Amino acid sequence: MIAYLSQRVLQAAGVLLGVSIITFLLAFLLPADPARMIAGRSATVATVESIREQLGLNRPLPQQYVTYLGNLLKGDFGRSYAQKADVTRIIRSRLAPTLQLALVGILFELLIGLPMGMIAAIKRGTWVDQGVMAFAFVGVSAPQFVVGLLLIYFFAYLIPIFPLGGYGTARHIVLPAIAVGLAGGGWYARVTRSAMIDVLRQGYVRTARAKGVFPSKVVFKHVLKNAVLPVVALVGLDIGVFMGGIVIVESVFGWPGIGQMIWQAIQLVDIPVIMGGVLVTALFVVLGNLLADLVYPALDPRIRYS
Amino acid sequence: MQQVNGRDSDAPRIRGAAWQRVAALLSAALLVGSMAFAQQGGSATVSFQDDISTLDPQVGYDWQNWSIIKTIFDGLMDYVPGTTELVPHLAESYDVSEDGLTYTFNLRQGVLFHNGRELVADDVRYTFERVLDPATQSPGQGFYTTIAGAQEFIDGEADSVAGVEVVDDYTVRITTSEPDASFLHKMGLNFAHIVPQEAVEAAGGDFGHNPVGTGGFMLKEWVLGQRVVLERNPNYFEEGLPYLDEMVFQVGVDPNVAFLRLLQGEVDVLGDGIPSARFTEVMDDPDLSQQVARGEQMQTGYVTINVNMEPFDDVRVRQALNMAINKDRIVRLINNRAVPATQILPPLFESHNADYAGYPYDPEAARELLAEAGYPNGFDTELYAYNVAPNDRIAQAIQADLAEIGVNVALRTQAQSTVIEAGGAGEAPLIWSGGMAWIADYPDPNNFYWPILACASNIPGGWNWARYCNEDLEARAARADTLARADQQEARVAEWRDIFMEIMEEAPWIPIFHELQVSMHSTNVTGPSAIFVDPMHIPVHYEMVRKAE
Repeated sequence: MIAYLSQRVLQAAGVLLGVSIITFLLAFLLPADPARMIAGRSATVATVESIREQLGLNRPLPQQYVTYLGNLLKGDFGRSYAQKADVTRIIRSRLAPTLQLALVGILFELLIGLPMGMIAAIKRGTWVDQGVMAFAFVGVSAPQFVVGLLLIYFFAYLIPIFPLGGYGTARHIVLPAIAVGLAGGGWYARVTRSAMIDVLRQGYVRTARAKGVFPSKVVFKHVLKNAVLPVVALVGLDIGVFMGGIVIVESVFGWPGIGQMIWQAIQLVDIPVIMGGVLVTALFVVLGNLLADLVYPALDPRIRYS
Repeated sequence: MQQVNGRDSDAPRIRGAAWQRVAALLSAALLVGSMAFAQQGGSATVSFQDDISTLDPQVGYDWQNWSIIKTIFDGLMDYVPGTTELVPHLAESYDVSEDGLTYTFNLRQGVLFHNGRELVADDVRYTFERVLDPATQSPGQGFYTTIAGAQEFIDGEADSVAGVEVVDDYTVRITTSEPDASFLHKMGLNFAHIVPQEAVEAAGGDFGHNPVGTGGFMLKEWVLGQRVVLERNPNYFEEGLPYLDEMVFQVGVDPNVAFLRLLQGEVDVLGDGIPSARFTEVMDDPDLSQQVARGEQMQTGYVTINVNMEPFDDVRVRQALNMAINKDRIVRLINNRAVPATQILPPLFESHNADYAGYPYDPEAARELLAEAGYPNGFDTELYAYNVAPNDRIAQAIQADLAEIGVNVALRTQAQSTVIEAGGAGEAPLIWSGGMAWIADYPDPNNFYWPILACASNIPGGWNWARYCNEDLEARAARADTLARADQQEARVAEWRDIFMEIMEEAPWIPIFHELQVSMHSTNVTGPSAIFVDPMHIPVHYEMVRKAE
């Protein structure tokens, strides 16, 4: 277990290093000049040059990267070009909302996806099955921006049950989490449906149903066992992805998450913030996957750490 | 003393009728006083989509923070609310020397920073050093290099700026190296708003999140990425201002959601304006349209034509392009939130030539001119534009118009920073400026010349995307800018008018429209319409907003 863990940690470090190099290169290959973005429209060329010098952008790229890495290892993500404030502080202000939306979003994915999958499986082959799965995939394919705006319009404006976007109380998280849940629920529905169909095909279940009895408790226990592995895999992936911020949902609902932060930084070519955001995202993707991998053997003794 | 009628005969006699007048005056005063008192108070909320990056006056230069900074800080000069009229502000008065080189500002006394300390002339000295200091990374540094000794200070050859002299606590004298006609306007820019040294240093590099100024509002709370809350400064030197006790700025709000919040009464001013999809509906509604304010801006939207690239090096081709664009149709595309432009300078400028009709919309004549220039069958080219609505649609309209005269345009709609980069590199044949340029920093025609049409900015990285350079006009522009005295202003306005007329003859641009500022506020707040679309305190002059009765 320890060997496995240390091997995974080393792998994670390698992944993060690779991500940092690639992102750094991409940020500088962008056909956009951070110095000019800060200097604005009326600055003289002398001013733009001066700002570029101050930001250290005239140094050779490898040297800039090494400096960045050195600071990173000390926990210093640098200073935002646009805000002139510590990136660490900016990221820290975004972590809690991002984590909340990620977790509650996953919860809604399960709440929406699992029942849909089960109903589809039970009514397998009928129009209910087709209808439910179609709905699940409409949820996956529909543009999140449109879904978000519709949710706000109907449930925050026409029928004012929830607030019009924003962040703060438990009521604020419901609509954004539903938007996330609708978008991702389809995947969980599919996985649950397959798992449930497998169980429903078992001899004892078919016999019971032929007799007009539905052995629900037993069925559900077996369904859970079957579905739990792929569901856990999906959750692990989702934690990672969502901690990178869900830009579209955050934008529509005004949710102050990491996604919104990175998006705005890209517009402004605020490289330290972009780097910081991407690295934090990568960290969570790695952690999320690691968590999923650690949980597997606990769920299925046949799986060993290798 | 002899008593007459029970009164001291030497004392002034107050007649009965006079008592009535006094009583009337007193009650009138009480009424006005109570009205002013009633107007005072309340809170207003403004929504923005993008974040407020910083509230540091020497650094902040975006749509969100420009007028917020103007409420927290003050400059030596300012503008009458809702207008482009320049007046002294922190300076009570000023003198300009005969030769136009020396400005002496007499500061108001008793102006307090939010930390309680009185503002003195030394703070002005510190502020100018800060804006010029390369370490501050101020976008406005270049405006103040006309101050004597500024360049030496920037280069590190001097410890202070020779041209900024602290005469005494309330008098500061600034000398320029040559007469600078727009100098007083530059004193009104955010970059010259006065900051206290001890607060800047105490903030440890993050003054942008810990602003301390002399303005009508002070920072109360800042939740990063969510909201900024300002509270009224009880010691503000402008009597009775601001009206509101508190202003809340919400960031990260999508404009469509902001509109819904306004209808629910949660937002009072739409910082990003009315969403396009709702515009017609709002203007058609008798109630909602009352809450809309429209105003002119110092703005022009234009297509730059790269005069270095064939076939645009031929002035006839450029003029033909000017005649091919249907500007009325483009203005309709944006719900008439602009007026078609005949020339480069917007009507707000005195040097705007109201008698000039510009190039007519005449595709026939355009085709003839192209043929004359050797392109009877037109040619292929590219148009760069910012990919955010409505700029992509405007680019398509321009493409359609040019196709009419045989010019086949491939569209390159990209991110703002990418287009700016292409423009700066001189690679783009045609660029639609929408969403990127050009709003003047101050109401002086030279702000429409030096950064975007001058030989001096015709360099890699410069904003002169047309790569236009006329040395004669450059010399005339430089000379016009030395006409700093009051008696020279009429001549200066006329000279700039002529300069821009000559530029129009050479047609390095196609001026398309002058955007109007359109803003919407809730029924909870009120104020003169012009302050909601203030051309200088962009977008809203917050100190003048009152709660509605």
